[in-house]
Amino acid sequence: MLRQVEGSKAVADTVAACRPQVICAYPISPQTHIVEGLSQLVKNGELQNCEFINVESEFAAMSVAIGASATGARTYTATASQGLLYMVEAVFNASGLGLPIVMTVANRAIGAPINIWNDHSDSMSQRDSGWIQIYAETNQEAADLHVQAFRIAEELSLPVMVCMDGFILTHAYERVDVAEQEQVDQFLPPYAPRQILDPSNPVSIGAMVGPEAFTEVKYMAHMKTLSALAVIPKVAKDFEIIFGRSSGGLIRRHKTLGAQTIVIALGSVLGTIKDVIDEMVAADIAIGVLGIIAFRPFPTTEVREALSQAKRVIVLEKAFQVGVGGIVIDNVREALRGTNTAAYTVIAGLGGRPITKQSLRSYFDKAVNDQVEELTFLDLDKDLADAELAREAGR
Amino acid sequence: MSTTPIKFYQVGSFAVGNRLLSADDRSIQSDPDRTNALTSGHRACQGCGEALGARYALDAAMRATNEKIIAVNATGCLEVFSTPYPESSWRIAWLHSLFGNAPAVATGVAAALKAQGKSDIRVIGQGGDGATVDIGFGALSGMFERNDDVLYICYDNEAYMNTGVQRSGATPPAARTATTQAVGENPGNVFGQGKNLPRIAMAHEIPYVATATVADLRDLEAKVTKAMSFRGARYIHVLVPCPLGWGSASCDTIKIARLATQSGLFPVFEAEHGEVVASTAIRHRVDVEEYLKLQVRYSHLFSPKRRDDVITHLQSIADKNIARYNLISDESASS
Amino acid sequence: MEKPFAITLSVNSSLANHTGSWRVEKPEYVHRMPPCNNACPAGENIQNWLYIAEDGSYEAAWRALIAENPFPAIMGRVCYHPCQSVCNRAELDEAVGINSVERFLGDHAIEKGWKIPAPAIESGHKVLVIGAGPAGLSAAYHLRSMGHTVIVRDATHAPGGMMRYGIPKYRLPREVLDAEIDRIKDMGVIFEMNTRVDDVHEALNEGFSAVFLAIGAQLSKRAYIPASEAARILDAITVLHDVEDGNQPLLGRKVVVYGGGNTAMDVARTAKRLGAEEAIIVYRRTRDKAPANDEEITEALEEGILVKWLSTVKHAGENSLQIEKMALDADGFPQPTGEFETLEADSLILALGQEVDFSLLGNSADLDTKDGLMPVDSTMMTSHPGIFAGGDMIPADRTVTTGVGHGKKAARNIDAWLRKTSFEKIENKDIVTFDQLNTWYYTDAPHVVRERLEATRRAKDFSEVVKGLDESNALYEARRCMSCGNCFECDNCFGVCPDNAIIKLGPGKGFEINLDYCKGCGICVSECPSSSIVMVPDK
Repeated sequence: MLRQVEGSKAVADTVAACRPQVICAYPISPQTHIVEGLSQLVKNGELQNCEFINVESEFAAMSVAIGASATGARTYTATASQGLLYMVEAVFNASGLGLPIVMTVANRAIGAPINIWNDHSDSMSQRDSGWIQIYAETNQEAADLHVQAFRIAEELSLPVMVCMDGFILTHAYERVDVAEQEQVDQFLPPYAPRQILDPSNPVSIGAMVGPEAFTEVKYMAHMKTLSALAVIPKVAKDFEIIFGRSSGGLIRRHKTLGAQTIVIALGSVLGTIKDVIDEMVAADIAIGVLGIIAFRPFPTTEVREALSQAKRVIVLEKAFQVGVGGIVIDNVREALRGTNTAAYTVIAGLGGRPITKQSLRSYFDKAVNDQVEELTFLDLDKDLADAELAREAGR
Repeated sequence: MSTTPIKFYQVGSFAVGNRLLSADDRSIQSDPDRTNALTSGHRACQGCGEALGARYALDAAMRATNEKIIAVNATGCLEVFSTPYPESSWRIAWLHSLFGNAPAVATGVAAALKAQGKSDIRVIGQGGDGATVDIGFGALSGMFERNDDVLYICYDNEAYMNTGVQRSGATPPAARTATTQAVGENPGNVFGQGKNLPRIAMAHEIPYVATATVADLRDLEAKVTKAMSFRGARYIHVLVPCPLGWGSASCDTIKIARLATQSGLFPVFEAEHGEVVASTAIRHRVDVEEYLKLQVRYSHLFSPKRRDDVITHLQSIADKNIARYNLISDESASS
Repeated sequence: MEKPFAITLSVNSSLANHTGSWRVEKPEYVHRMPPCNNACPAGENIQNWLYIAEDGSYEAAWRALIAENPFPAIMGRVCYHPCQSVCNRAELDEAVGINSVERFLGDHAIEKGWKIPAPAIESGHKVLVIGAGPAGLSAAYHLRSMGHTVIVRDATHAPGGMMRYGIPKYRLPREVLDAEIDRIKDMGVIFEMNTRVDDVHEALNEGFSAVFLAIGAQLSKRAYIPASEAARILDAITVLHDVEDGNQPLLGRKVVVYGGGNTAMDVARTAKRLGAEEAIIVYRRTRDKAPANDEEITEALEEGILVKWLSTVKHAGENSLQIEKMALDADGFPQPTGEFETLEADSLILALGQEVDFSLLGNSADLDTKDGLMPVDSTMMTSHPGIFAGGDMIPADRTVTTGVGHGKKAARNIDAWLRKTSFEKIENKDIVTFDQLNTWYYTDAPHVVRERLEATRRAKDFSEVVKGLDESNALYEARRCMSCGNCFECDNCFGVCPDNAIIKLGPGKGFEINLDYCKGCGICVSECPSSSIVMVPDK
């Protein structure tokens, strides 16, 4: 049903249609509207057979989710930023135990300095957590990815993080076709857990594993996660059949055919980038965009294939490795191994700084002529920063 | 099971079983078909109080629930010695997640069961004192505050034993640990205000809070059984001596727990909805010294120089417990 | 269920890990000697029959008891219960009332009419028992149980010896005595009463393969007391014998008994019952030095018997005695003080002990005697092969229970001698002491005090003074037994093992250590209430 709705509400309603049995959350901006929406649905009886647990911390939120999932309940939670970092130990534990929890990350910067606005530092910090990570470009996709996330998670017995940009998506009112219950029920079968805590058939979950088997356990997790590269497109295809619209998958190409320069990005910034690219293409510049939806596992083969004709690649990132540079770029370079394709990183939108078309156009114009540094901080007030660095160095 | 003490003069109400009692009046542990929730082959040290306490408590919980429990275990000795791959010592549905989150995981299990309409299955959270009073304290308080349908059992051996006997918030004053060495002017752990978790639990006004020890099996079983008759958050704090960490003989585990109660250092009581409703009277009162001297962790109080000041201080803690929980009844005072 | 590799494990799988390999010591179940059993002159396995009685299996308990001693109803009345004096429970609260439970079992058996079966196989041997007192009857019973033909000869007209002619019936009702002796008759023991044996050797020629002498000590010791012609002086044994035979002796209004033993108490109390207004015991030492059993002294005092401690009789006149006061010297011996008093007395009964009357044996003088007694070797045999002796005539304590014990021991040795083997008693001197018990597990329970007849009432007739226990009391009392050194299946070891390494074998079968898992921590030993488990080095 098409509705003019806030992104958080679209996600809440969609998650509710997935019939979760346990929802647990601790409030943190900008995730709050999602869990408020779900709380309301549980409390007013619209979402039945579901326990909504107001926990005392994000660490507890993920822990409650672990317990619930291990007991065979479809389990959902949402967090952001500091909250995600506060639950990290449990995040790793959930994937290690192979529990198909779905969690929304309303992407937000990480302090200090404390900052409530959007970037990808939070979810990027969890890229090695063993979770599947998928990034939404629009509110429509954000809503749709949640339906797909439960399918992917439960099919693989792995947890899935659905990342959506805080405020930019969560708080934006847009027209969204919110999934109908009948369609969701058709798409998403009831949760059939791989393992379950059951007194009539007891098992011991969460053993201590020593050096004799730890490597094998981790290798198996790796292989299992890689198998998501086949599952995610399949699920997206099934979704399209039932819902009649395309959402999800591993990557999304925009005007990459024949493009000499390809811009890579994740999340909502893709919209702005596409606008700029469309203008540049209209000006006969051979440039295209590659959106990465599934960042974990990283679709190396698909990216390599998408970049095979490009001369250069620009990776726009909303997070970075301090002291190193980009994060996504590392994975892209892996996909480019053995080619002469140039690769540039541009760090943009940190802590909610607007990424304007003008700034992008200016940067892309230079990049297509290879006139950019390997690493650029978009719209950096370099004079200010250099002056401060000099002052501190002189002290 | 009745909680009325059985006057049975040969073996009293204190021994594990008695062939002369009807099956219903015998302790659960006396039953050859008891669950053995924690079975043989586990790797706990010789004379481990925690292994004993866990089996006592979980077997009782199994009996009380028609064998329908799920246990969630915090990281710690109990978890490590029971489930090193490829062998598990559990005979119940059991989940270990992390050190500091067992109460929250248990909440999740309970929520899932409720959502699935399986409220006949009951949930136990369990952990050592570190997992309970320190790292998992926030999660525990949250579980209490929400009154989630979980019985949480703390097996208190008064330090971080699994990591090599470091001090925890439950380590008693003057006790030597690997991080409160028996050196300096005030050897051993500091005299703080203590972190009395049963009282903190009571402050949440949850339906049921109790303390127990491995020295009084019937009491422990009765309390677990009673706890299972309530819905909502419940807490049982069980003192489980640790031969390794306390420096006691492996054969003295139960004896030391008994002396802890008979000295008044560990008060045994029950509380409902925030109020103490019963306490177990001391039967043969002893000075704290009787308890202390069996443990190497207190040996610096006796040699090279006897520290009467410290022993007196510890005795005053015991005396305060005795007064606060009314541990000397008229009957026990006259005997 | 598909279990993820390594992270999720099958329950119970740790059974593959045999932690028994950690052990350097292992627990072992033992049977140790309870102090009561060790102290029993009749060699009763007291702990065992109390244990059996505890669940109400009275017949089985009684049968276990009579395997050692055929007279539980008698013992329950006349035994001075040395078992209770050493009972470890006394250090906890009060000794177990073993004697009263024994009496209950004995009385219960009489009430139910339980019998002792005749032996299944006859040995063909014939044994003569001379004397139908406790030792003789006990020997007869045991020998008959072993299949021998037993003939008991006694000069009196009814069997029982001192149990009949020495112990007054207010302490031992004759129907009880008769009932327990009748059971022995019913086994096929032949009693030839009113039969003196003048020649023991001749008896051997009568076809007896062995003889057991148990003629007792029936002669009252005499002390020289200057007395006037008219003084009436009797001896206690004769008085008691006469009373039993219905010949009431003339004692008068005021009776003085001289002596401090049990016979003195018995005869004083008997005098009271025969109508004496006053019965006074004169004894040269103090109460704590008196050989009489303390309970008997107490009962005598309760009945109004007066006792003059530290006193001797210096002269006996027609209606009075001259008494000299004594004082204890530094060594505790009474010494005359030269202080005299006069005591009114119509008669003086001497109860100064008894001697063996060897004249009863006629021309058997070739049997060795020493200090008025007949010594025996460790098999109870006299200096003559095939002739054994026991009871008051050999050097030992003179109590009914000791006599019963002699009878048993002699029977076993006679049996061995007849079979040309030897009887080896397995000695267990591993006696359990109080500090070895874990008494925490025994609930404090007071001794059930046997209801006594009101002292004033009981002094008037010969009805029984001490009442027995009813069934609930007897159970209660039996269950106070701490089962020293012997497992009573309290399940403590089974419960307290942190490794579930104790196997419970089921009722009556006890427990076994599962050495696959026992780590040797020793908690089962520490928490065993009865000290029935010990740690021993492994391998």
